[in-house]
Formats: sequence, structure tokens, C-alpha cells
Amino acid sequence: MSKVRVLVGTRKGAFILSSDGKREKWDIDGPHFTGFEMYHLKGSPADPNRLYASQCSGWFGQLIQRSNDGGKTWEPVGNKFVYDGVPGTHQWYDGTPHPWEFKRVWHLEPSLKDPDTVYAGIEDAALFRSTDGGQNWQELSGLRGHGSGPHWTPGAGGMGLHTILLDPTNPQRIFIAISAAGVFRTDDAGKTWRPINQGLRSEHIPDPTAEVGHCVHRIAMHPSRPGVLFMQKHWDVMRSDNAGDLWREVSGNLPTDFGFVIDVHAHEPETIYVVPIKSDSEHIPIDGKLRVYRSRTGGNEWEALTKGLPQRDCYVNVLRDAMAIDSLDKCGVYFGTTGGQVYASADAGDTWAPIVRDLPGVLSVEVQTLQ
Amino acid sequence: MIRVVLPAHLRTLAHSGSEVQLEVEGQVTQRSVLDALEARYPQLRGTIRDHVTQQRRPFLRFFACEEDLSHEPPDAPLPDAVASGTEPLLIIGAIAGG
Repeated sequence: MSKVRVLVGTRKGAFILSSDGKREKWDIDGPHFTGFEMYHLKGSPADPNRLYASQCSGWFGQLIQRSNDGGKTWEPVGNKFVYDGVPGTHQWYDGTPHPWEFKRVWHLEPSLKDPDTVYAGIEDAALFRSTDGGQNWQELSGLRGHGSGPHWTPGAGGMGLHTILLDPTNPQRIFIAISAAGVFRTDDAGKTWRPINQGLRSEHIPDPTAEVGHCVHRIAMHPSRPGVLFMQKHWDVMRSDNAGDLWREVSGNLPTDFGFVIDVHAHEPETIYVVPIKSDSEHIPIDGKLRVYRSRTGGNEWEALTKGLPQRDCYVNVLRDAMAIDSLDKCGVYFGTTGGQVYASADAGDTWAPIVRDLPGVLSVEVQTLQ
Repeated sequence: MIRVVLPAHLRTLAHSGSEVQLEVEGQVTQRSVLDALEARYPQLRGTIRDHVTQQRRPFLRFFACEEDLSHEPPDAPLPDAVASGTEPLLIIGAIAGG
């Protein structure tokens, strides 16, 4: 019997939500690391019991935790993230040069093949890799060393590298996204990188079609088609059919194309999900209605999914790492809110129910499908 | 024997009691005490002082003998009462917020 394990990072600890394949009854385990900001937890595809977690605190800085038993027990591993060479500067909010400074790990992406290899996306934006289970971390400095690095600027939430997509068909290819620099791709396993932001248009930057400077909130792919990417930009939902070489807008009939999350159905590569948020200045759902939107056509044509979601007086946000999809049939869709709810749909989004309602604000949601 | 009192979250991380006792070689300073603390509890590296600069994290303070020693040089001798184990070195998480 299949099982699912949902890994939830919140502002005050981590929670592990478990269910069988029916996804009706849930066990809530936690909080783990009580009081800490848990930016992200993720399991290794190669060994589902190997989990990694990013634990942060304004007092005590960054910790990385590792579990070898599916989250029952944890051990701290390496937390030393040192930029390669002389870090140099990026652009600060006021346009002045600002030294690169490590602040926190936003996202952990375990290798598809090796449980001991894991990537970390950090703020100030850089990509690190560990090949010894998180004990030691080395920067893939070709990214930050890209010629545009001195011009990268933080978004309102900081200059975080928040998305890491590993191409399952090509171990040399990795996509990453940074707020607010944009999307970058390597085709040589991280040695060299190039920005892939052509087709993006951002009216809030001096050159709306600049090579870098776009506030990309999230990108997603289906593993069967790694050349097709979907993007929730600050404003605009976008897609690329050529591995990011060119993007086109697919916002279509969305009520607003601002938002943070985007994800792809487990079995239908043209079915995608977003949660429209009213605007960048308000960060709340439109009209107090929490609605997931689904497109079965790879964008442009969207339907509102509302059954089981609050349709009045709801003013929560859904942050960029807070949606995940399991691989059961029908696939489960999960998302967490800044109000502490984790919603689940066991039927690909048709109906929803909260797994839990009163957690601290949710920063991240991942799901593991276990056999 | 040097006595060090840890804040609650670091006790959890170190799996220690509220007070730990350390043998410190040579002069008893902030640096030598923290070196000994991190040698005993490697998981505390980076949580009290920066890995590279060795600077105290901004929201932590070092108190002893009813004095704030946070801004003393890291190689300055700690008070005799700390060096003798009569008084503990307190590592305090600042009460920050509003």
C-alpha cells in the first residue's frame, strides 16, 4: 500500500504529515526544531528515508539537519557556507555595491541518484553542493561569477536562490532561479551558467526586457519533459518549450497573474497549478477567496478550483516553496498558507480539505510518495 | 573547570544540560572557551560566532559576574571568577523584538 509523507517547514518548526494512499486520515508529527524557521525540508529521491532540512534563526544562524529514518530522528550536519574566493559585490536596493553575505539556506535539492549529494540555494544568491551528506559544502561559483553577478539585486524578501531543478535526463543540466535576478541554466554540471530570461517582460525594472533582473518567483517542470518549463514570475505566468531559451506568457484568463507557487501534475505534463494572489502590494487572495487555478492546456485556459477551500474572509498567502504534488493516481496536490493551514487534494485538485489548520505560517511543503 | 551556561535552543542542539563544564588549556578568554565548547560540541559551530570571521553573532551576548563582556576583545582574559569556575560564563540570546 502506498503512503505519502508531507514535509512542512514553518516559521516555528517542522511538521511531518503522513497518510496512506487514500490520503483521508493523517498523522501529524511535530513540531521538530521548535522555535526555528524551517525554510525547507526535502527527501532524497534515491533514498526516501534520507531527509535534509534548513533550520534558521536570527539568533543562532543557519543549521542543516539530516535524517536517515524518514524524519524520526535528526542530526545536525555542516552549516559552513563560505563563498568561493573573494565574494565581491552585488547591487543593493539603492543601487550601490553591497558585499555578498551569507544569510540563510532557502532551498535544499537532493540529487536524483545519490542520497549523499545535495544542492543548497542560499541568500545572498549562490548555489552550493555537498557530496558527503551535507557535512561539507562547496560553492558552484560559476553561477555567481557570471558576468551579470554585480548587477543582481535583492527582491523585497532578500536575494535568495529559491528554485533548483535537476534535469532527470541530463545530469549536466540544472536550472536555478533567483529573486530578483531571474533564471539561469548550466549545461556542464554547474561549471558555467547563462541567464535564460529572454521573453520575460518586467515593467518594474528600468529595462523591462533586461537579460537579468527579473523577479522570478518559481519555476517547475515535469520530469518526462525537462525541456518544458513553467514559471510564476512576480507578475505573469510563463512557459518555455526550449529549456528556457525563450519564454512566452500563458497567464490567459487568470484573475491576476501575480503569485508565488507553480507546479505540474504528476501524470499530465500539460496540467499545471498556480495560486493567484491579488498583487505585489497586497499579498492576499482576491475577494477573500482562496482559489487554486488549474490549466489542462499548459497555460492560457484556467479553471478555478474552489471545492473545500475557503471562499470568503480568507486573506492568507501561499509562498513560493509551499506547493507540492505526489505521484499517486490520482495525484495529490498540497499547499500551505501563511495562516498555518495545509490543504490537500487527493483528486488532482478537484476537491480540497485541510490536513491541519493551525500551524505556524507555512514556508515550504514537499511530499514524498512511498511504496 | 570552566562553567558555561547555554541558551535553551543551544542546549537542545548540544543535547546538554543548561550548564556545561569545560577544560580550557592556557589563558581563559572568550576565544579559548568557545574553542573548547565547539570542540566538545561541534554542532554548535557557527551558532555562536561566525565560521570565518569568528565574530559573535549579533543577537548573542556574553555575560559574567554581572558584567556584559560582549564587546571585550576575544583574547582578553575573562574574570578570575570565571577562570576559577566560581562563576559561569553566560551565553545569552538577546531579547529582541517589539
